[in-house]
Amino acid sequence: MRKVVLIVVAIVVVVGLYELARHQSARNGKGGPPGMVGSVAPNFSMQAVDGKPLDLANYNGKVVLLDFWATWCVPCRSEIPHFVEFQNNYAAQGFQVVGISMDDGPEPVRKFYQDFKMNYPVGMGTTQLAESYGGILGLPVTFLIGRDGHIAAKYVGLTDTGTIQQKAESLLQKK
Amino acid sequence: MVSLASAQNAATHSSDELAPGSPHIISPEDLLKLLQAPADEKPLILNVGPWLLYRQAHIPDAEYIGAGSDKQALEKLRAKVKPLPHNKFIVLYCGCCPWSHCPNVQPAFKELSTMGFTNVKVLYIADNFGSDWVYKGYPTIKGQ
Repeated sequence: MRKVVLIVVAIVVVVGLYELARHQSARNGKGGPPGMVGSVAPNFSMQAVDGKPLDLANYNGKVVLLDFWATWCVPCRSEIPHFVEFQNNYAAQGFQVVGISMDDGPEPVRKFYQDFKMNYPVGMGTTQLAESYGGILGLPVTFLIGRDGHIAAKYVGLTDTGTIQQKAESLLQKK
Repeated sequence: MVSLASAQNAATHSSDELAPGSPHIISPEDLLKLLQAPADEKPLILNVGPWLLYRQAHIPDAEYIGAGSDKQALEKLRAKVKPLPHNKFIVLYCGCCPWSHCPNVQPAFKELSTMGFTNVKVLYIADNFGSDWVYKGYPTIKGQ
């Protein structure tokens, strides 16, 4: 009898660990490095491409969608109109989109910013910033940061924006 | 005569040439084996992706050329390979985006084909360099 109980407990533990690993993998996104989700979002401070200061700390208490993208990245380009819409629809609830361009220089970014009527701050990425977020080794990469400043989700590659929206809405409901 | 044939060949290049299964494509696993081969069997590896991605992690011995979608990078690519024999084994890679969306490998491959290079392969990166190389534990180098 005792042996049976031990076997059942072992099965429960193994299944539990598997599900935990699977859940963590899904939250980190396909092929992403482990460990970013759940950690405090690294702060950064820079000048945005429109010349205004961009400091992540200024959005403490808000839900932040942090998008690493580039003008030449086709999947990124398809996501950005949705992020513009999110910024319009959810800003009043304490939501902020921040873009970090991984372009080699700011010129194409400034033009893109105007052409796509981007309504949120965009700064230029650096190696250090990318590495502080676990490495940006492919685009797009989108993080959702909760009001507590912790990374709540990471999406690597073209992601259904409905999935991101759903997660953002659930984070906005947490006060 | 050879260059004329190459030029005619280049004129027929299309994106289908880099479709999965194409002989012009090399898998990460096969390139990994080549990295461990004797020096004279190793290909010249050229990175034709964005600079910030290269700086974070790149394949050992890979030389940075610049994003293949950029005209200046293609000029640099031409200058780099100009002194090389046309049968030189060259591997191009980027890894910025999912394979079908990469804006960089196709122009670089086309450029080398147009120049008459006959032994060029493109590293097949299905999703991105992180997922398909770095997080598999394959060797990388940081910095320039």
